[in-house]
Amino acid sequence: MKQGAIWVRPFYYLVVFTVATISLYPILLMILSSFKKSVDIYKDPLGFPTSFSLDTYRTLLSKIPFTTYFMNSIFVSIVSVVLIVVVCSLASFYIARFKFSWNHALFFIFLLGMMIPIKLGIVPLFILMRDLGLVNSLWALILMNTATGIPLSMLILTGFFKTMPYELEEAARIDGAGNLRVLWHVVLPLMRPALGTVVIINFIAAWNDFFFPLIFITEKMKRTIPVGMMSLFGEHSADWGSLFAGLTLASLPMILLFFIASKQFMEGLTAGAIK
Amino acid sequence: MRESTASPLTKRKSSKRWTIHLFPIPALIIYGMFVLYPILAALSYSFFEWRGMARGDFIGFRNFVTLFTTEPYGSMFWNAFKHNILYFVVQMVVMNGVAFFLAFIIYQKIKGAEFFKAAFFLPRLLSVIVVGFLWKLILNPNFGTLNVLLEKLGLETLQKAWLGDPGTALIAIILVNCWFGLGFGVLIFLAGFQGIPGELIEAAKLDGAKGLTLLRTIYLPLMVPSIMIMGILTFIQSFEAFELVYAMQGSMGEPYYSTDTLAVFFYRLAFGSSTASGTTAIGLGSALATVLFLFILICTTVFLRFANKKDVQM
Repeated sequence: MKQGAIWVRPFYYLVVFTVATISLYPILLMILSSFKKSVDIYKDPLGFPTSFSLDTYRTLLSKIPFTTYFMNSIFVSIVSVVLIVVVCSLASFYIARFKFSWNHALFFIFLLGMMIPIKLGIVPLFILMRDLGLVNSLWALILMNTATGIPLSMLILTGFFKTMPYELEEAARIDGAGNLRVLWHVVLPLMRPALGTVVIINFIAAWNDFFFPLIFITEKMKRTIPVGMMSLFGEHSADWGSLFAGLTLASLPMILLFFIASKQFMEGLTAGAIK
Repeated sequence: MRESTASPLTKRKSSKRWTIHLFPIPALIIYGMFVLYPILAALSYSFFEWRGMARGDFIGFRNFVTLFTTEPYGSMFWNAFKHNILYFVVQMVVMNGVAFFLAFIIYQKIKGAEFFKAAFFLPRLLSVIVVGFLWKLILNPNFGTLNVLLEKLGLETLQKAWLGDPGTALIAIILVNCWFGLGFGVLIFLAGFQGIPGELIEAAKLDGAKGLTLLRTIYLPLMVPSIMIMGILTFIQSFEAFELVYAMQGSMGEPYYSTDTLAVFFYRLAFGSSTASGTTAIGLGSALATVLFLFILICTTVFLRFANKKDVQM
């Protein structure tokens, strides 16, 4: 028994170190290679960059309108997140704090969305967006991000609303506050942790979404970063330095945010699966 | 109405009571229009004839019959279906297996647990398209890191054109997907381990259970809920697999459809492919969407029923 205990711990560390290396190395390689000239990558793909130059980034920015893609991504992600927070706060407040007979059914309908493989509805969606005049509009992406983000956000917010005591709310009501004021001034400030989770999950999903922009956006200047990457790899596939630079720029905002708030990220992204 | 006779105060109150019903409306409209309607419409589309994007006559099940009995659709369907099954099985065994073990290790209170959790999780933050392209570069036969690494280790015999060989392309993509999703699994399983009441473990330890015995007899049965959750999530994700294949191997599931999945096949039917016969087949695509949707729905429902019978909470 004792003998077992001696090798078990080192074995555990060996396993976690190996897997952590496999997890991190490709990302590190991506960032390091983005500072190398393409010739150096071909000569020695594993080596460290001999000199840190931003040439690859300059070439990248001259090849594709990355700043435009970046602004498009920012706009789409932020507006989607704001919309989700607003509509889901209102709806989950209604479902969690009132006891109308249809609230259970309503909640169930919202949750159903987590089981629906929405990609399979892409043909009707495309026709719908065409009829609404939203093909090649960033609003098509915003609406899709909002709609697909609603089920999980409803689950998180409704769950949190239910745990909150009614006393404060009632005090405000006696003072004559209406529903909207109760929600805005009394309930929402107490909801910060849950709102933070909702913001994080939906921001990541919107930032990384690739499928809907692939279908709805064909105009070059309306692309978001993931689809921009697609054209970068299609048109400039020979210049590996710039390719790595593009991948790095596309991922950097998320990686930086993760360093700032890794705990919230990890709790946020698993919030739907863990009760 | 009664309000006309009521005092100003109650009048204001009753108007407030009515406005509360507006609260869920915006969410319902957006969700209904862009999630519920398209999936229901997709089901109905499969019963109509289509010319391009224009809907024709009601033709009953004819799209379904064509999909399964006409070549190349029939063989393409089963070819892709097999790949989706493999996707699911490999992810369950490799990704969830490793994730389970890693979670167990972290649960043993090792040093640097927070760092390891974050390290496993980091790939999950990248866009799937970035993941696909990054690994395409790493797996490149000439300048890719993997082959160069194998050479340096003196393992030239293992070098391969990983994504160009029909024998390895699909498995390579699935393993990339495992790399992407591993950290998520670790967190789910870790939460499962941490939810196990400490007294149970103490009692088992007093009875002399240790190491693997403890894992098998105590932890594993108590971890069934987490395993079920990961099973369902992996199942849905495996049968929706699209982005990674599309990014790495294109809409034809190259080479020679060896990496084709049902969602990629569906994309080809709905939006055409780059080949000469690049016409769209909305009717067939919708029939495929319906089959896939019902398959996912039925499997997950059966699974959940089974889970509930075993007294598992989701």
